[in-house]
Amino acid sequence: MIQQTTAVFLKDFQSELRTRYAINALVMFVITTLSIILFSIGGERVSLDVLAGMLWVVIFFSAMSGLSRSFVSEEERGTTMTLQLLAQPAVVYFGKLLFNLVLILSINTLVVTLYVLLIPLFVVQSASIFFLTLFLGSVGLACASTIIAAIIAKANSKGTLYPVLSFPILLPLLMTVMNATKLSLDGAPFTEATGEFRVLISYSVVLVAVSWVLFDYVWKD
Amino acid sequence: MNSILLQLENVRKEFSRRIIFDKIDLTLKNGNSIAITGINGSGKSTLVKIVAGILSPTRGALTLSVNGKEMKPEQYHNYIGFVAPYIQMYDEFSAYENLKFFARIRGLRFDKKYVDYMLDRVVLYDRRNDAVRTYSSGMKQRLKYAFALLHKPEVLIFDEPRANLDRHGVATVCEIMEEHKPDGVLILATNDQEDLSYAETVLNLDELRKARIEERQKQNSVTAKLT
Amino acid sequence: MKYKFWKILLGIWLALVIIVGFSFDIVDSPQNWNEFPNIPGLENKARIIFFHVPTAWIAVIAFLMAMVNGIRYLQKNDLEYDVRSSSAAGLGLIFCILATVTGAIWAKFNWGAYWNWDPRQTSIFVLMLIYGAYFALRSAIEVDEKRASLSAVYAIIAFVTVPFFVFIMPRMMSGLHPGSASDEGAGPVVDFSMDTTMYIVFLASLFGFTLLYLWIYELRVRLGMIELRYESLRSHE
Repeated sequence: MIQQTTAVFLKDFQSELRTRYAINALVMFVITTLSIILFSIGGERVSLDVLAGMLWVVIFFSAMSGLSRSFVSEEERGTTMTLQLLAQPAVVYFGKLLFNLVLILSINTLVVTLYVLLIPLFVVQSASIFFLTLFLGSVGLACASTIIAAIIAKANSKGTLYPVLSFPILLPLLMTVMNATKLSLDGAPFTEATGEFRVLISYSVVLVAVSWVLFDYVWKD
Repeated sequence: MNSILLQLENVRKEFSRRIIFDKIDLTLKNGNSIAITGINGSGKSTLVKIVAGILSPTRGALTLSVNGKEMKPEQYHNYIGFVAPYIQMYDEFSAYENLKFFARIRGLRFDKKYVDYMLDRVVLYDRRNDAVRTYSSGMKQRLKYAFALLHKPEVLIFDEPRANLDRHGVATVCEIMEEHKPDGVLILATNDQEDLSYAETVLNLDELRKARIEERQKQNSVTAKLT
Repeated sequence: MKYKFWKILLGIWLALVIIVGFSFDIVDSPQNWNEFPNIPGLENKARIIFFHVPTAWIAVIAFLMAMVNGIRYLQKNDLEYDVRSSSAAGLGLIFCILATVTGAIWAKFNWGAYWNWDPRQTSIFVLMLIYGAYFALRSAIEVDEKRASLSAVYAIIAFVTVPFFVFIMPRMMSGLHPGSASDEGAGPVVDFSMDTTMYIVFLASLFGFTLLYLWIYELRVRLGMIELRYESLRSHE
């Protein structure tokens, strides 16, 4: 089953490399949002709280513009049934989850690199908290948005529906990562953020478990 | 080839409360073949999708036993080969890559010889490295046969087997059906008279619908008399 | 006839709750049965508890019922459960809006602003977002069966994320709301400052509102079932 899951992932990955459906739009999206933020900040001294929040605003909306592709593109091209005939639902779910995870991790790397380079005020004091938050936050984001993507792929008006459905589900995650990012900017010791990490880990575990159980109902017509 | 027992018991499908068909019973074993006929919208495709396990019935049950062992629904796809106009291949990949991914996703060892043989059979060998995007609709249809036969399934389901095919393509499909018929299970959803000759039984969904409506009218007149 | 009877009783019951809730005097140390205790910082504004808390309670119960019926739909594949699920959610949304609006008006007078991102305000806001998303999803799917299963799945996923708020919110924001741990001025109303009279009226109101909700809920379910049957009859013509 692991081999099959990897095969689904590789199929999506190669397809993405060839069509660049998601990645082109995503990179442009990140650049435009970041420049809007830079314009609005201007030369002002913005508080660290706001900067930490803004970072996750950019990440949230980038995720919303790119992560639904994995399922929506199958539905639009009519390959959903092909995939249903090739593999059991769990294989498809985990393959797509892996793909979304890789996609969001690479996008977040880009966002954070640009953010640190372009906003001199944004100085990370405790790197361990920051990078662990970024990693766990990306994982949680991928876990929640994969199942929502599977749901909206079956609905009309997919594009607008995606952030609408995802936001309430992602809110606990976003609140936690914003808090943890703030801690990392304040230079808090690692132990102070363990509560946040625990929440982030259990959030991902719970969402993957529930998605796994429910994916059959979403995937099968 | 494994011994197969495919059963539909009292199957009914509704979409938004509209009954497409009802009380369908089917038992298919190795060597059985059936053609499902009916006008457009009679539910031919819906029924074959249910048989293939990619659509769940509103009521009733589908069971598939292989060598006497009942399979779980998530394993059905291993024994089923499905060709239909609404099943698409991945446009951005070549025929060869498509089949390679399909084999991997199925968890099969990639048998290059067999894939080459299949591609040759559906006359795509020369174009095997071109993206499917550049294919004509007939070529795409032929590729779907390679997709359906890749894992050597026991049950073959063809929905409109002749769609988009030229005379040569049709001949290939007829050959495939002829080869598969003696040992495997063959299910056709078609209105083509020539296809019917490949099936030993015919299930006409129009007649079923007519019978259902008559029964309902009879019931209605009985209740009308009573009240 | 006997059905009508309890409905009239419920009408009288709720009317009594409203009259009592508004008319009983608030005094510093209640001696008589028809007096409420004075809670420092709340005074007359404490009366909202009889109406605001039951609406919030129903908003939560309705969400639970929508989720449970969603699970049942996934198990049984019977559209009746989807009617139950969506009826509960529809009422839940209405009561959620009622709770939010009454709460915000009260907050304006007690805290000085309509919205303060207090944990309870945030929770009810999230609940409203979930209800909103649930109906946005429903309106975007045409086939009944698919709509039923996808909205059930969404309700379940939304439900499992709720416990996380319980952990997160106290870390993020301080509570202003009466009854929250860090609330000092108004004290934990529900636990200590209510006397017997107030407590009885509060429970009576909670009971009355819950019955009212269940009554409307049953009506909506019946209406939904009639619509379903009508659709299926029409499609057979």
